[in-house]
Amino acid sequence: MRIDVTRFRTAFFEEAVEHLATIERGLIELERSGGDAELMNEIFRSVHSIKGASGSFGLNDIAEFTHGFESVLDRLRQGQMRPDRALTTLLLRAADILSGLVRAAQGGGAPPAGVGEVRTELESLLSGSGGAKGPVPVREDGGHRKEGSRFRISFRPGRDLFRSGMDPLLLLRDLENLGTISDVELDRSELPALALLDAEACYLAWQLTLVTDQTESAVREVFTFVEDACRLEIVALPDQAGPVDLPAQVERRTPAAESSIRVATEKVDELINLVGELVIAQAMVSEIIDGFSLKRLGDLRAAIAAMARNTQELQARVLSVRMLPVAMVFNRFPRLVRDLAEHCGRVVRLEVLGEDTELDKGVIEKLGDPILHLVRNAIDHGIEAPEERLARGKPAEGRLRLAAYHEGGNVVIEVTDDGRGLDPQKIRAKALERGLVKPDETLTDDQLHALIMAPGFSTATAVTDVSGRGVGLDVVRQNVESLNGSVGIESRSGEGSTMRIRLPLTLAIVDGLALRVGGQTFIVPLLAIRESFRPRPADLKSVFGQGEIVLVRGEPLPLVRLHRQFGIGEAVTDPASGLVLVLSSEGTSVGILVDELLGQSQFVVKSLEQQYRRVDGVMGATILGDGRVALILDAPELARLALLREPERDALCVSGERA
Amino acid sequence: MTEQISGQAVGGEQFLTFTIGAEEYGIEILKVQEIKGYSAITPIPNAPHYVRGVINLRGTIVPVVDLRARFGMSEEAYTKFTVIIVVNLGRRVVGLVVDAVSDVLNVGEQDVEPPPPLGVGVDTGFMTGLAKMGERLVLLLNIEQVANLEESVLQTA
Repeated sequence: MRIDVTRFRTAFFEEAVEHLATIERGLIELERSGGDAELMNEIFRSVHSIKGASGSFGLNDIAEFTHGFESVLDRLRQGQMRPDRALTTLLLRAADILSGLVRAAQGGGAPPAGVGEVRTELESLLSGSGGAKGPVPVREDGGHRKEGSRFRISFRPGRDLFRSGMDPLLLLRDLENLGTISDVELDRSELPALALLDAEACYLAWQLTLVTDQTESAVREVFTFVEDACRLEIVALPDQAGPVDLPAQVERRTPAAESSIRVATEKVDELINLVGELVIAQAMVSEIIDGFSLKRLGDLRAAIAAMARNTQELQARVLSVRMLPVAMVFNRFPRLVRDLAEHCGRVVRLEVLGEDTELDKGVIEKLGDPILHLVRNAIDHGIEAPEERLARGKPAEGRLRLAAYHEGGNVVIEVTDDGRGLDPQKIRAKALERGLVKPDETLTDDQLHALIMAPGFSTATAVTDVSGRGVGLDVVRQNVESLNGSVGIESRSGEGSTMRIRLPLTLAIVDGLALRVGGQTFIVPLLAIRESFRPRPADLKSVFGQGEIVLVRGEPLPLVRLHRQFGIGEAVTDPASGLVLVLSSEGTSVGILVDELLGQSQFVVKSLEQQYRRVDGVMGATILGDGRVALILDAPELARLALLREPERDALCVSGERA
Repeated sequence: MTEQISGQAVGGEQFLTFTIGAEEYGIEILKVQEIKGYSAITPIPNAPHYVRGVINLRGTIVPVVDLRARFGMSEEAYTKFTVIIVVNLGRRVVGLVVDAVSDVLNVGEQDVEPPPPLGVGVDTGFMTGLAKMGERLVLLLNIEQVANLEESVLQTA
């Protein structure tokens, strides 16, 4: 029994976090758009859910706090209040407190500061406007005792109660579920003489005493649906007995930070279906194999093909379970941007695009901090103060855009601002000072921009004043690179900057093409492959007698001889009798010389670094059908290696090969 | 020579012994995960010459070091006795190609002597000691050092 409670509590906390996110997002949106009924309802429902659930778990601090919160929202919902900035700020603070209370209840910490303060403010808001407008009964919430509280309840249903399909008996029974009912009095005073009696009207009223461990609001909950059709009085009686001991609820346990994924039921059902089909397919194969004769070869082939299809589908679906929408990260930003902008004295309008873009859960979890860094930088240093913006002929309101989209096999996340942009000259000066650049080096603007990501550039506080950027950007880069991603900067002085994070869709499986060089098999990710062809001797040119170039429909591309790059003997050395595979990635293309192509398949990416170390031009390894290991080539890296001048490359090879 | 150098010599343990040419070597048995027959190795480009490549050990990619090459000895063709000793060093798993596995030795502390100075030509960093068992002389290996494939080491090795 107790285990059950713990389990439900865990679920409650998980849900509460989601509800809190909804509340926060909703409030921000409300302030921005003025809000429609649907949005209002959404916020209200979330608060209400937390209130209801916390009540039933005996988390009375939360239940009581949410009650006031909910009442104010109710007013808003009914149009009796306007969601202006002051109110939104108060509500957001209330949301923070609520979130703090939830955390405190979960982790056993102290409740957040300012609970009482915010509650008083909420309540004063209620009594203030409540008195004037009046129709909604102001619930004088008991911030009262819960455990073993006694309430005297007077319930007088309206005459029309039955017509709305309500049954007072059911309500009373519900009350009974909350605790112990005693001193029930039936008030029959309204009951008319039999001749005058309308059989469809309710003339009865009840008074009773309820001893319960619930809050007053939970008790009121019972009457939610009849609230407008009855007269209800709930009076808390002074405590009689000491608080009831509730071991399961008092017990404070910090749940282990266990990683879990909430998966849509349909996804799970699909998986179950697919596994079912796989079992059937497997049974078919077994059946064919038993008493196999050559006549049945065709059947066997078909059955195995079905099984292969099935396995592939299953694999894709299982992977999709790990995929979560970027919204998981983006959702926290409306609030953050609002607070940051306020703090920095900026006016910022946030646009969020492509929140539905899905990414691997592991990636999502590590993405929050890098994006936060970028957003903070954009607001603090990118977007100018309103006066400055006006002076520069820009609208006072700065624009910040968070966008996510697919590009090839990657997901790109952009943080764009229309602020002052990066100043290449100042970066250069700073880089000189830090010794990152030599005085005689000429660098393009893009190269200079990239410098702000360099470690060591960010440590100086002066950077903020100088370049306007650089706080923790090398950390951003490191974080993103640890996810096999990259960060790019695009900036125009005076016009704004775009920081672009590029991430692989999933880390686990790659669609690839197997190819052979000499006696070895390599895999190239399919997404990197543009085309393959057998070059004519006339398509091959050499540069300075060193570098090699292959012409692809007139376009000159560097040619990498894989056998030379990797030191493989017995491979095809004449490009005209081998194949050139054109790989494209991040704007660079390169041709690689291979012996032959073996076929396309999916490969599970295994780490080479884990047991060995990074190898230039190789992103990992995989295990082939026959159990052998094959290396997976890293297309961008190969392109980069190709761009190194030949002597450097030789030096690299030699130092590695015969050290 | 009779001086014990503390921490360097080991003793009172079981060692797996194997041969390379006429020499006999020992590895602490607790570091040995398994012994497997020689199987096809996938070469790794631009690796040090003693890293033969990687093998698939039930789904894990494991680098394989040829001890002959590692110790700078003449290389021999692999035979049916050639085996790969898979050592587990906690964080990493590495395969070692040796000529043949001999047996398991109980080595008492009194049997172990510190590695003798052998002049500049021989790197004794790979050894923790010498075990004298009657006529047999077993070189006890500092397996962490032998199987260390960290980049910094690779560059200077």
